Amino acid sequence: MSPAPLKILVIDENRIRSAIIEAGLREAGYDQVTIVHDVGGIARRIAEIEPDVIVIDLENPNRDMLENMFQLSRAVKRPIAMFVDRSDTASIEAAVDAGVSAYIIDGLRKERVKPILQMAISRFNAFSRMARELEEARGELEGRKLIDRAKGILMKSRGLGEEDAYALLRKTAMNQNRKLADVAQSLVTAAELLGPGGM
Amino acid sequence: MAQFQINAGFMPLFDSAVLVVAREIGFAEREGIDLRLSRETSWANIRDRIAIGHFDVAHMLGPMPLACNLGLTPLASDTIVPFSLGLGGNCVTVSNAVWDGMAAHGALADLDPTRSGAALGRLIRARAAAGESPLRFAVTHPHSGHNYELRYWLAGCGIGPSREVEIVIVPPPIMADALAAGRIDGYCVGEPWNSVSVVGGTGHIVTVKAAIWRASPEKVLGVRKSWARDHPEALSALLRALHHAARWCQDPKNHAELTDLMSKPAFLGQPAEIQMRALTGRLDVGGGEMRQVQDFFLPFDKAANFPWKSHALWFYTQMVRWGDVRYSPANTSIALDCYRPDLYRAALKPLGVALPGANAKVEGALTTATPVGSAGASLVLGPDGFFDGRIFDPDMLDVYIEAQATGLQADA
Repeated sequence: MSPAPLKILVIDENRIRSAIIEAGLREAGYDQVTIVHDVGGIARRIAEIEPDVIVIDLENPNRDMLENMFQLSRAVKRPIAMFVDRSDTASIEAAVDAGVSAYIIDGLRKERVKPILQMAISRFNAFSRMARELEEARGELEGRKLIDRAKGILMKSRGLGEEDAYALLRKTAMNQNRKLADVAQSLVTAAELLGPGGM
Repeated sequence: MAQFQINAGFMPLFDSAVLVVAREIGFAEREGIDLRLSRETSWANIRDRIAIGHFDVAHMLGPMPLACNLGLTPLASDTIVPFSLGLGGNCVTVSNAVWDGMAAHGALADLDPTRSGAALGRLIRARAAAGESPLRFAVTHPHSGHNYELRYWLAGCGIGPSREVEIVIVPPPIMADALAAGRIDGYCVGEPWNSVSVVGGTGHIVTVKAAIWRASPEKVLGVRKSWARDHPEALSALLRALHHAARWCQDPKNHAELTDLMSKPAFLGQPAEIQMRALTGRLDVGGGEMRQVQDFFLPFDKAANFPWKSHALWFYTQMVRWGDVRYSPANTSIALDCYRPDLYRAALKPLGVALPGANAKVEGALTTATPVGSAGASLVLGPDGFFDGRIFDPDMLDVYIEAQATGLQADA
């Protein structure tokens, strides 16, 4: 007889990240997954759900409260302990690096939990990567808009064609060993301050 | 190029000031240290990150290193305490409704723990007789000065901390909101999180740590034992930097700059005015009633940075008292080895710093400020008494632990 399916509770204030984790867990065949964004009333939720595994993001300022509750609350029928496999420091480090921690119900076999922790780690890392890329893309878009505005300023003030205006910007950036977007930013700021109708 | 790089974790609380100042005012740099500070969101994160080596040292609750070494927390590494980050700094705050109830039972706005504790006891019994639910108090962590001093005060006033009230855990920045929302009835936390409720008009300060136990330990520098062993020079340099930073924090002429620095979002992120209350000990206890508290928070004076073994042992007696840990020779020996005045002495003696003659003291023995000479420099200790007049003699643990397990003080 195969063991009963594990009930997993994910506590994460970040809705996008928790959706990504939930999807990952479901794909891996865990279909009893509950997501909680707000720790208000968490003791009652735990009593209702009776989770075997609880996954928490490390940014949650309520972590001390949750750890204490797992040990003491009457709502928790069986003690819940942090998942620590001392023989496996690599995965503990990977979890803390990724910003996630897992707690398990007393008596649960560690091997059953490990794939869940691994899944959470990889999804947390994927989310960080995605957030970083999004930030970079946003910066890139801003940069492109700035360069267009700087080109326009040069075309107007120096009577240059578009290609020449761009070439001048690039040359300035190379000579000054600065990023093209930074040069464009300086130019736009200067034009706003000094130009006609400048602020 | 710095000679040492040290990674330190801290929580956004006023008593992280000594670490913040060591970096920001340049005391660490002067000792050849690149001190890298990481702001954390929970004590659990600090514990985890010091255990896996992200941090070498950290701002910690005084009893936390003991809890780590006594095996009370998961993923904990052996942690030692070579430096204390200050004495005092906490208050007990209650909701306006509880304060009104206490006032009706004889409490005055004088911060007197005995009078207010008696009033709270009468209120609790009146509520119980009327069939009302027990009052719920919050502290920041089970292994904290807050938890143990709140329990010590309640028990000393004849209130069973585990039987007659409920004690829950709430993170400091959320305390005032939880009180305003009626989720808790009172709390014990460090400043400025008490004054935040007073300013918001939702809470009243009942008493202060300095009244429950004057000149008592609060936050410490926790150091991973293996790191300390492998980097003795870096540790000594850090303790010198922290010593200079602590003296700078105590000096009133730096208080404006200090509160300005701590008001930055990267550190405490609370207005300078509200922080000043902890530094001057001049508190609005509620509704504009001003009280002046002696030794409210000491970052440096009265040997505030000396890691007294008697402080660690008192925390240990409270862990035994409330059932966190068994009283045994093995545990006593762990508690005795956790705080390391020898490392403090070794680092600071070359500076000609005034050092206490002993590594432990009888807590509550000094009823007045007392000069204790050593190494040619002057040092003033005390007064350091408990509100109930009891004495803690670290050489007589058996007697102390037995006394607190019997009579009115028994609970659970």
